[in-house]
Amino acid sequence: MSEIPSDLKCAATHEWARLEEDGTVTVGVTDHAQGSLGDVVFVELPETEAEIIAGDEAGVVESVKAASDVYMPVSGTVVAVNAALDEMPEKVNEDPYGDGWFFRLRPIDAGELDNLLDAEGYAEVVEAEAH
Amino acid sequence: MTRQTSLHARHLAAGAKMVDFHGWDMPLHYGSQIEEHHAVRRDAGLFDVSHMTVIDVDGAAALEWLRRLVTNDPARLDAPGRAQYTAMCDQSGGVLDDLIVYRREQGWRLVVNSATREADLEWMHAHLADGVRLRERDDLAMLAIQGPRALERARDWLGDAAEPVAALAPFGFVEDGERFIARTGYTGEDGCEVILPGADAGAAFDALLAAGVRPAGLAARDTLRLEAGLNLYGQDMDNGVTPLESAMGWTVAWKPEDRDFLGRRALEAQRAQGVPRRLTGLVLQGRGVLRAGQTVQRDGRVIGVLTSGAFAPTLGAGIGLARIDAADLPAVGETVAVEIRGRLHPATRVKPPFVRNGEVQIER
Repeated sequence: MSEIPSDLKCAATHEWARLEEDGTVTVGVTDHAQGSLGDVVFVELPETEAEIIAGDEAGVVESVKAASDVYMPVSGTVVAVNAALDEMPEKVNEDPYGDGWFFRLRPIDAGELDNLLDAEGYAEVVEAEAH
Repeated sequence: MTRQTSLHARHLAAGAKMVDFHGWDMPLHYGSQIEEHHAVRRDAGLFDVSHMTVIDVDGAAALEWLRRLVTNDPARLDAPGRAQYTAMCDQSGGVLDDLIVYRREQGWRLVVNSATREADLEWMHAHLADGVRLRERDDLAMLAIQGPRALERARDWLGDAAEPVAALAPFGFVEDGERFIARTGYTGEDGCEVILPGADAGAAFDALLAAGVRPAGLAARDTLRLEAGLNLYGQDMDNGVTPLESAMGWTVAWKPEDRDFLGRRALEAQRAQGVPRRLTGLVLQGRGVLRAGQTVQRDGRVIGVLTSGAFAPTLGAGIGLARIDAADLPAVGETVAVEIRGRLHPATRVKPPFVRNGEVQIER
């Protein structure tokens, strides 16, 4: 059973978001998501400086099984992308909350994080999807 | 009701993620299909293929009947211990299945696909002749041990059969007691496929794993066979297309001209009129994955469709098999477009296989 690290918030669309000390938010996909996807082969990351609204498509994660959209969890500007995923997309499977991070953004309003699910709320979403 | 092979418990113990494959509960992978794929290309992998259908054919008229049933000519197997790959067609020339025919010391053995078991048996019985007996062998299990180190790692388990198996040419086989061991496979690598009593499969699985052969599931099996340019019945061909439209023309033994196999007339007619579509290989030029169902286009027109597609781990690119209208068929090396999620991406036509014996065969 995948556990969500307690310092993260999650979207029902299986992205996680972590508020960093410098006020930026790091984004990736959850352990549950990478397990469902299977081996990840490509990741399409947003452009740095792209301004994206919460809920809009920010990227794509393509696995051996299918391609899935990655959605912006909170509105903001992309400040960094994890270029290492170009050569090593398997990091998403191996370390979804660490080296498998997708991008970092500067939020317009960090308060939007409160709209996301905490670990318990996300666990309920996963549970519901299983039935 | 879902069927299980005799290795079911072992698959679960080995960490398999199971999937329903045409009514069989089979291992999709044991953790990473990409790692299993690489294990087969670089070392040795083990597949449980006990869901395949084994049919023994005996009787005085067996050869004559087989020569009518399949497109290849079993009479070309000029000694026991040899096998051939063939199509089986209906009277319209549509492919009912692809299968391997083995000539044994006594009688013949057929290995046909799992998904087509019922349909194939029904067809065979409907066309049965006097002096032919069919026996479906669902008491037997089947394992495929594949990879450059497959025979080396299986040496102890093969025992006295190790040397005779190592001496086999491709598509040759030996029978060692109750083990039927053929130098065949569906991966493009060296190795063997073993048919053995279901009761012995567990011990075989344990012994082979202990020898370092890595269990591999259906997902790896699919990427391996696709890289090897091998067709999958139900995807790359079905009864709506002929062997000539499926890159299987080479399995049709036209001579002798008086061998009237099922579908011959229809195939001759299609050959005379010009085969309307061809199955060929495509490699995606950029990053991405080709998948079955994507359209192949040129100058804004759809000229074909992907029948199979996957991310090829050994190539590191998206590859696929596509059926393209003969009139618009690009030359090998030429670029066409494939529509992926609403956008066109360039892909190059290649002649399969994409990979063989671990080596990339095509130019990107």
